[in-house]
Order: sequence, then structure tokens, then C-alpha cells
Amino acid sequence: MNEVVEKVVAGDVRTVARLIRDIDDGVPEVREILKALYPHTGNAYVIGITGAPGVGKSTLVDQMVTHLRKRDKTVGVLAVDPTSPFSGGAILGDRVRMQRHSMDQGVFIRSLATRGHFGGLTQSTRSAIDVLDAMGKDYILVETVGVGQDEVDVVKSAHTTVVVVIPGMGDDIQAIKAGILEVADIFVINKADREGTDKTLSDLRLMIDMDHKKYEEGSWKPPILKTQAVFDKGVKELLEEIEKHGKHLIESTGGLHVRRKKEKVRDELVEMVKSRLYEEVVNRLILTGEFDRAVESIVEGKLDPYTACDDLVIPKLDL
Amino acid sequence: MAQGRRIRIMVAKPGLDGHDRGARIIARAYRDAGFEVVYTGLHQTPEEIVEAAIQEDVDMIGLSSLAGAHKYLFIRTVELLREKGAEDIVVCGGGIIPEEDIPMLKEAGVKEIFTPGTPLGVIVEWVEQNVKPR
Repeated sequence: MNEVVEKVVAGDVRTVARLIRDIDDGVPEVREILKALYPHTGNAYVIGITGAPGVGKSTLVDQMVTHLRKRDKTVGVLAVDPTSPFSGGAILGDRVRMQRHSMDQGVFIRSLATRGHFGGLTQSTRSAIDVLDAMGKDYILVETVGVGQDEVDVVKSAHTTVVVVIPGMGDDIQAIKAGILEVADIFVINKADREGTDKTLSDLRLMIDMDHKKYEEGSWKPPILKTQAVFDKGVKELLEEIEKHGKHLIESTGGLHVRRKKEKVRDELVEMVKSRLYEEVVNRLILTGEFDRAVESIVEGKLDPYTACDDLVIPKLDL
Repeated sequence: MAQGRRIRIMVAKPGLDGHDRGARIIARAYRDAGFEVVYTGLHQTPEEIVEAAIQEDVDMIGLSSLAGAHKYLFIRTVELLREKGAEDIVVCGGGIIPEEDIPMLKEAGVKEIFTPGTPLGVIVEWVEQNVKPR
């Protein structure tokens, strides 16, 4: 175990790659390794990039990596794509846009699948962030599958969250409105050469302004940027804005350990306990066959799901 | 959908060949078989493929070539994996590969070659039997 920890801290790519795999596959031994790695975390700046499918998140991440490398910063990328609910398989295609960085030793890119609800999704992404942090990456970019899913939670543990939209998404913006206002530190309108950019800009501005109570004196009001990621337009400005937000965090919280701020720690711990309980209880119920028996009883009309749930959970938790 | 090891495969297009319909269909078949597939996109060097495969911790690399450079590209990929101590990653290939090239590719360490007309089911079954999550 100590050997693994040492190798991760030394930045050994194979060890890191294998450890993330073990985290994802739910190998129980990783818990001890993660405990030992934790003291080595807290130095990376974590940026979450989220938005609907097809808005250009991967392309934006690719350009951000290029800019960060020009500043001699090392970068870790976690790109999450959805798992097929039918087969459990996944096509992880975010890498296609970033593959030009694969030979760069200062960049580590890893594709992750959501693995439905069963993989402790938020947990494994969060742990992967810790691993890349301990590995010594200066910046960690986390690209999510899309707003409105569990991924928003992961983004909550980022220092800066960038929400990407594209022009002409009118109704879609309406749909994600509730979630994004809470998580966005910066808005990006990508593909800003398209018709409707100004309309989207004013929609977003209105949305932010309507929430004026939230933005009192001295608090961070999310800026809205226009980008054309494919042509590397606006990306430099985006990084400048991220830097500004980072400075704001330091000034307002007294340090970059935002992830150790009480509410963040609370959020993370809730997620961690949830997925651990899930692992311990649900997996055991599935293994012993109790779960399937309950399903049968409900199907046959012998039992209602509420009673079944009580019967399954109460004895396990000693309630 | 229980936890546990899941097979991860990289589908890659080495060289200057610009046709990836086949590779995409294979990727889709792998996904439907329950594998996690990392797709690299077009125009990759063996060096880029091997580096990415290590970062992604895949169990197998599937190389697709329709442009005739498979002898160099496939063999170079196997060599690089060996140099990096990652020879436990299985390499197989597919595409327009003349029959007479197959023995030398296999001898060099390419585990299997799939030529046009191979049913997807056969390819998936081969993976299930020959690739184990490491």
C-alpha cells in the first residue's frame, strides 16, 4: 500500500491509472490508499465544466489544457460519459477532442463512465480528483456528462464551476435554470458565432440579475463569456476569469482549501456515507437474494414496496 | 450492473487512414456487450495510442486500419507496449488486412486479426474469451 502511495505522489502514470481503475471498480482495498493519500491533496485547483451534451465541453477543455500548458502548469482531466442503462457498457468519446495532449507528460487524461447509479458515481469521480491532486497536478479539469444529473454534485466540489451553453437553446436553458444558477461561477456561451448569441446572453444576464439578493456587496457574480472553442476564441479570457474567481475565493475564504469549507465537507461526506451505505447494504441484499425475493413478492402482489423497503432496511441498520 | 471489474477497451485508428465507420461500429458493438470503450479518433500515432491506453488503464487495444500501413502500425504498437512494460494489454486488429500478412502480425504479438465480413458477435465473443480485466 505504501508503495502505491509513494508512486502516486511521485506521479507514476501507470500506478495512477490503475488506482483510478480500482476506485471505479469498487475494490475495497483502495479505501486505505485514499486515506493515506488525503494528506497529499489540497494543492490542485479544480475546475468543473458542465453543460448539456454537444455544447462543446470537450473542445473547451482541450483548449484550456493548451493554455494552461503554455503557462507551464500540469493538468489532469477527468472526462465523464454516460453508461448505457441497457448493456452497462459505454463509449467514452471525450478523449477524441483532447488526444493531441496524449504525448505530453504534463497532462493526464482519464475517461470515466457514469456506471448508472450503482457505481458510486460521485464518489469515484471525487476520489479520482484526490488521486490526481496527490499526483501533483496543478489544475484538474472535470468534464461532466451534463447538467441535471448527479454530476452537478461533483462540480460542487470544484473551486470554479463553468457552465457551458450554446445559442438557441432557449427552452433548454429554461429547463436547466434551477440547477445551474446554484452551481455556476462562470457562464460560457460557446459557439458564439451562431445566431441567437445575444439573445442567450441577455437571457442569462436577466436570470442572474433576478437573483440579485444573492449577489450582495463583495460576493461573486457569475460573469458571462462568449467563446468559440474550436477556433480558440475567448478561451484565454475564460482562464483569466477563472483566475479572478480563484483570487476571490482566497480573499473571501482565506485560502484555497475550499473543499475543506464546512458546507463542502458536509456535502462530500453525505455523498460518501450514502455510497458506502449503498455498497454495504444494497450489495449485501443483492448477494443474499433478499432483494430479488422482495422484488418477486411485489410483482406477485403479496407485498407493497413500502413494506418491502422497511423489511429490507430496518434489520440491516438496527433501527 | 453490480460493482466489479469491467472490461475496458481502446478502439484506435492509427495512421493516416481517414475511415472510421468500421471502428465506430465495433465500438458500438463493444458497448452493447457491456464493455467500456475509449475511442481515440482518427490519425493517431502508435505512440499516442499506447500513452492513452496506459492512462486509461484499458485491457485491450483494438486497432483499425484500412489503408495498408498495418504492418508498421500494428507491430509498432505492440513493441511500444512491451517497452513500457504494458505487454499485458492485448492488441488485436481489424480492417483491410491481406491474408498473407496475418501470420507475421500474429508472430509479432498481435493476438487476433478480424477481416471484413466477420460478424460482430464473433468479435465480441472473442473478446469475452480472450480478454480478462487485468
